[in-house]
Amino acid sequence: MTAVIHVILGFIFGLGLIISGMTNPDKVLNFLNFQNQWDGSLIIVMAVAMGIMMLAWFWVAKKDKPLLGEAFTLSDVKNISPRLITGSVLFGLGWGLSGICPGPGLVQLASLKMEFWLFFAAVLGGMWIAKKV
Amino acid sequence: MVTEFTPIAAAIGGALIGIACALLLVLYGKIAGISGIVKSVFNKQTAESRWKLYFIVGLLLAGIAVRIFAPSLLEGELSLSPVLIVVAGLLVGMGTSLANGCTSGHGVCGMSRFSTRSWVSTCTFMAVAIITANLVG
Repeated sequence: MTAVIHVILGFIFGLGLIISGMTNPDKVLNFLNFQNQWDGSLIIVMAVAMGIMMLAWFWVAKKDKPLLGEAFTLSDVKNISPRLITGSVLFGLGWGLSGICPGPGLVQLASLKMEFWLFFAAVLGGMWIAKKV
Repeated sequence: MVTEFTPIAAAIGGALIGIACALLLVLYGKIAGISGIVKSVFNKQTAESRWKLYFIVGLLLAGIAVRIFAPSLLEGELSLSPVLIVVAGLLVGMGTSLANGCTSGHGVCGMSRFSTRSWVSTCTFMAVAIITANLVG
């Protein structure tokens, strides 16, 4: 049952990415790049998703365990490390170049287009490299 | 390629993303950070980490279902040379791995928690992505 629920949650997330158009690199790039006809859709996607998550965090603040799980597994790291900044800069470079982040990259594998498989293989390669250094 | 501003579709899609993240947190106490979930394939699989594989299956099924029933929704292409596609992918993989998060983990889940790390990360990658896209595009 737990497996089924997690598949459904992933499915809803993926559907959200597709319906919002975030699986289309051009839509993301037209948000990031002000020189083309600007498309502000991305900020609406982020704002609505964040608004709903904010409600979830308010609920979590008053609970000591989740409804179906044993405990909350949340990051308690607080420091702004060079690693965080370096990683964010590298991610920004790759995202600004391609218009694709990990979620849409994964969903677009279903399109069976070579370019997205190549991109995702490189993402996995990058993660593997980061693990080694 | 020119795309239209689609606020209603963006709001519906954003709501679905928010609901998926919120349910994962409220039901199971977990964060829907896609880069972290993908990165976990390199770790030893435990009963605890298996949910990440199920979540990935769900994401893929969404792509497959849309491709079958409404293929036009899954439009999009990478207008980059293969070399640049690999460079961009490596940067995204390394970057999200070092920063421990991407647009979902830091952006949606972390910023809504008012995590300083997530705000710093998101503002940084947004700014760098905007500069990059304007210089390259």
